[in-house]
Amino acid sequence: MRVVFFIPGFLRQWTEGKSRVELEGRPATVADALTLLWERHPGVRDRVVTEQGSVRPHVNVFVGPESIRFTGGLATPLEGDCEVSIVPAVSGG
Amino acid sequence: MVATRQITPRDGDVMILVGTTKGAFLLRSNAARKRFELGGPHFAGQSIYSLTLDQRGGNRRLYAGGSSDHFGPVLYTSDDLGKSWSDRERMAVRFPDDAGAALARIWQIVPGREPGKVYCGVEPAALFESNDSGESWSLVRGLWDHPHRPQWQPGGGGLCLHTVIPDAVHPGRVFVAISTGGVYRTDDGGATWQVRNVGVRAEFMPDKHPEFGQCVHKIVQHPTFPERLFLQNHWGLYRSEDAADSWQDIANGVPSDFGFAMTMHPHDPETVYIVPIESDGFRCTPEGKLRVYRTCDAGLSWEPLTRGLPQENALETVLRDGMGADDLNPAGIYFGTRSGKVYGSPDGGASWSVIADGLPPVLCVKAVVIGDPLKVRVPRPAARAKAKAPAKGRVKAKAVAKPKRAKAKSSAKPKSAKAKSSPKPKRAKAKPRATASRAKRKSAGAKKKR
Repeated sequence: MRVVFFIPGFLRQWTEGKSRVELEGRPATVADALTLLWERHPGVRDRVVTEQGSVRPHVNVFVGPESIRFTGGLATPLEGDCEVSIVPAVSGG
Repeated sequence: MVATRQITPRDGDVMILVGTTKGAFLLRSNAARKRFELGGPHFAGQSIYSLTLDQRGGNRRLYAGGSSDHFGPVLYTSDDLGKSWSDRERMAVRFPDDAGAALARIWQIVPGREPGKVYCGVEPAALFESNDSGESWSLVRGLWDHPHRPQWQPGGGGLCLHTVIPDAVHPGRVFVAISTGGVYRTDDGGATWQVRNVGVRAEFMPDKHPEFGQCVHKIVQHPTFPERLFLQNHWGLYRSEDAADSWQDIANGVPSDFGFAMTMHPHDPETVYIVPIESDGFRCTPEGKLRVYRTCDAGLSWEPLTRGLPQENALETVLRDGMGADDLNPAGIYFGTRSGKVYGSPDGGASWSVIADGLPPVLCVKAVVIGDPLKVRVPRPAARAKAKAPAKGRVKAKAVAKPKRAKAKSSAKPKSAKAKSSPKPKRAKAKPRATASRAKRKSAGAKKKR
């Protein structure tokens, strides 16, 4: 199973400049997939989620075209290859 | 992205650290403080609520409390006066898992008494401490576990611990101010905290004098008079002569006793600066006049300082950390506005000029002298000598009759007699850091006046 992450510009200093990070694994949920991401790139974690593990209010995470806010949050299940986009919300800034 | 302009401060220069809603700006000048070079923005796009330069132990570490609206708050440090900044993979200031809270903002960064000790006041209201110059941080549990904490309520800026004053003389004593919670003091290094709001009113509560819940906007202390503190409240100006055990109203002759910013003169423990704001409903300078008010007698009277400041159509706001003073003699006083202007006075407030304009809304202003201020010779142009005279007699003649007050003030106590009868505080026996000797030497003239 392959998970592709799309990384916004602000966070690329923590992904060696990469806008696309591809990882192999079998994550069952979005939380599992994100854990894979910050095992590879630890600096991304605290920028996307708080120290208590919640996605920051003005960060949106999408699986394909769907925001996880409407599909079960971090518990959103993943099946097969997927694309996870981390996007700063329009509400911030 | 906008390019960051770098400045190169040298020993004896004055640096003004300006935090805005969209980044930090660093200004530098020589000791004359006539012209300032503007550097920045650093952390473009982030709101910078706190900036501090810690020069203890021969080190120079700049701290910046930044916050991206999207990606959260970060404590940055720089050991080369802002040329480069640390950015750790793992956030250094963070609530432990069992606290169940997430850091929202770093409101204050203050060096402590002990070597390497640094405090952070944050939102949600909590105090963090570091014993290794900001490398690692821990939550001060004594305050976090205080039984009052669940009842503290957020003010307009959030529920924040915005002021930290490590006592200059008494080991283990620290004051903090919380909006809204009020003033708390520890005498045992943070293990236990006592509420210290007696005399401070809460206009927005049915009980105007609750034990806690006051919306204290800023407190200041002079290191040579550690028992005396001044307080700018959400309605109310106060002084304490007993280390915050009680507070007396000193709103004598100000156009409004509402305001945010308050700054202590670095060499004179009776001189304090504020910028009155009309009201909580209209948070702008009264009458469209941008006036800094100064007391030179510990709050018995206040005088408006207006030379060089706009006196019409100036609907400005200066926030709680938006004013600071440098340690030169004469002291420089600086403040920044929500409209993105920074004003400076190289002569203790006698005359002002714009030293930066067109910035994003200003959140905090700190002024620091690079190196030892005692080694800096301030040039004194002939014109400045005239402007510098404090003219105490004129102060009282100009004092305005009554401060503007909130309507509900049934429990407010009469103030003038009480203020005038306040005893002289005992001068601290110990000389804290270099400041005590500096104050003694450099404010000799001010002492004679008293």
